[in-house]
Amino acid sequence: MEETAKKLEWKRKDLLGLNELSVDEINEILDTAEGFREVSTRSIKKVPALRGTVIVTLFFEASTRTRISFDLAATRLSADVIDFTGSASSTLKGETLNDTAKNIEAMGVDILVLRHPCSGAANQLANSLSCSVVNAGDGSHEHPTQALLDIFTIRRALGRIEGLKVALVGDVSHSRVARSNIWGLQKLGAEVYAVGPPTLVPRGMAKLGVHVSHHLDEILPEMDVFNMLRIQKERQDQGLFPSIREYSRLFGLNRHRMKRVKPEALVLHPGPINRGVELTPDVADGKQSLILNQVTSGLAVRMAVLYLVGTRGRGAPAEEKGT
Amino acid sequence: MSKRYTWICGGRVVDPATQRDEVCDVLVEGDRIRQVGKVENGFSAKEVDRIEARGLLVTPGLIDMHVHFREPGNEEEETILSGSRAAVAGGITSVACFPNTEPSVDNEAAAEFVVLQGKRAGMANVFPVGTVTFNREGKRLSEMGGLARAGAVAFSEADRSLRSAEVMRRGLLYAKMFDLPVIAHCEDPDLRGAGVMGYGEVALRLGLPGVPDAAEDIVIARDIRLADITQGRLHISHMSTRGSLELLREAKSSGLDVTGEVNPPHFALTEESVTTYDPNFKLVPPLRTPADVEALIRGLEEGVIDVISSGHAPHAPEEKQLEFVYAPPGVVGLETLFPVSYTLLVEKHGFSLLKLLEKMTIQPARILRLSEERGSLEVGKLADISVFDISKERSIQSASFHSKSRNTCFEGWNVRGTTMHVLVSGRCVFRDGAIVGRE
Repeated sequence: MEETAKKLEWKRKDLLGLNELSVDEINEILDTAEGFREVSTRSIKKVPALRGTVIVTLFFEASTRTRISFDLAATRLSADVIDFTGSASSTLKGETLNDTAKNIEAMGVDILVLRHPCSGAANQLANSLSCSVVNAGDGSHEHPTQALLDIFTIRRALGRIEGLKVALVGDVSHSRVARSNIWGLQKLGAEVYAVGPPTLVPRGMAKLGVHVSHHLDEILPEMDVFNMLRIQKERQDQGLFPSIREYSRLFGLNRHRMKRVKPEALVLHPGPINRGVELTPDVADGKQSLILNQVTSGLAVRMAVLYLVGTRGRGAPAEEKGT
Repeated sequence: MSKRYTWICGGRVVDPATQRDEVCDVLVEGDRIRQVGKVENGFSAKEVDRIEARGLLVTPGLIDMHVHFREPGNEEEETILSGSRAAVAGGITSVACFPNTEPSVDNEAAAEFVVLQGKRAGMANVFPVGTVTFNREGKRLSEMGGLARAGAVAFSEADRSLRSAEVMRRGLLYAKMFDLPVIAHCEDPDLRGAGVMGYGEVALRLGLPGVPDAAEDIVIARDIRLADITQGRLHISHMSTRGSLELLREAKSSGLDVTGEVNPPHFALTEESVTTYDPNFKLVPPLRTPADVEALIRGLEEGVIDVISSGHAPHAPEEKQLEFVYAPPGVVGLETLFPVSYTLLVEKHGFSLLKLLEKMTIQPARILRLSEERGSLEVGKLADISVFDISKERSIQSASFHSKSRNTCFEGWNVRGTTMHVLVSGRCVFRDGAIVGRE
């Protein structure tokens, strides 16, 4: 690797997922986030980078933490932020997602941050809108800023991604967080293990380049990072696993299992935690847990993403507009 | 005024039923084929309508045994009039309309309505397919006798599989009385679940729920077994998997009256097309892997698959603009059936025209028991004839479709096979690339 890597010029209008990003693009976001992390430590936690930029967070699923994180990130960049809560509907006669988004765009929006229950919703909107679209989670497809903040957190804690073994534990099959993590981690040279029962981690997952394991205990000593995915109650209702109790027994991280992991191994969770299910409270609050660091990282990463798509190599638009 | 004779001159006449492939004339008198071969010019201009076909392809009018016209119920998407205009624009002279309308075609009066609207349209021959069960509820058999009497050419639950094997068994048995096939959409509803595309690597990547091959194969295996114990007539609708092909091959070799069909999207496209989340690539059954596509093409070549039909499923644009998961499945296909099939199978895969056309003419005619009158260019048959230009390449543009809907998965494809002229029962309904209005 050349030491003097040329600074990449960000060209993308949208951030839809990590699958489509190059290694350089991912690193550009992470490096930009490093710069913004420092802003949060100042007494005046604000920079003028996106002054005059209008950002709308359009959420069709409840997610307080992701929304607050985006709101705060936008505010710290001096952008104007408006929250819009939509209700997703498969009925025909309501307003379509496309119409809703076009209406919002017509009000002069620069960046639309979209959370939607359907896989591909952000891709579909990005094709029909000229403003930037940032995917804040679409169905089971991608949740790029979550994976970026996970990777950012790991990179800060361990100093690298390459060569690490990272376990994604839980409902990998339905998880957008898992998918984005898989793409991002693999591109940066980590080995990804998908761990869970075969009904939630099908063998076919191996085609995505991950190691598939149905036994958490077998891989415990090898892993550098455990990313414990949130288990959705509805999967039990669908009959994909018999009970929360058994899930927790087979795939939960507890004190006994922590005795068998590497001493420097990290524990992550995208939140919100089901205490006692994915993690016991002592593990969640333990010294190997970086769960709150993730939240802090999230802010810096989202600032970086909004900044990059908002300026697209043009420098700060606030100065250009300069009215 | 229509003239007594229509003389189609000097085209390449390809007729699978008689295995004819030669340059010659076709003479039509009234509504029937009078002569195929060299026709001597002994006509007065007043009594003959001469269609110059030199350099063009002359075929029996195509028979599309799987279309969804949305009348009654969803006329904004397709009416029997607009659908049959789209049919003749695609060189198709007969269509079998699936019964999943609102209300469904589960009784004699509803079937008569379809026939009547077809006659009023005066374009293609419109044949109804009746339901197997009342209101497609999968319980009580529909009055197949009345449906057959009104002109139904088959029975089908359209886009549903019968959950009950016993009801399917009864349907196959009862339909035997009328010597008509049961057309089965084979897909286990539980295994399909919320699936919106083929299960596999691409679905995993896109985060979309997948439909495993087994959902199709299991029901085909079941229905073939039922065809065996009933000795009934089973036609398998739109096949999409490798496994289904092997099941059909086996059923045929054990002598059962089982036939099968594919729609062009399933041998022209793979699941990779879904990557853009464009709902025009959402189909039921879903697009599958390159290995499935290869198997289906081989199945067509080896004659295991009997029929190519369009599966024409028009949807309003606002429906196809929804999120991929919410959008209804299906694509239009009448106006792309021949050009896409010709371009792929004849030009790319080296099928003979005879082999391609048998799957769109005489074979569906036999399955639907129409072959006494239609599906070939034999003297005495009804004069359903299509003339195509297969020399010029063109781009498929849905904006020029005659269908009311535009939901094609072939937008912008470069194809050969342009409909020039179409005769239905001797009457020219499409001439020089345009619909001919009724006199």
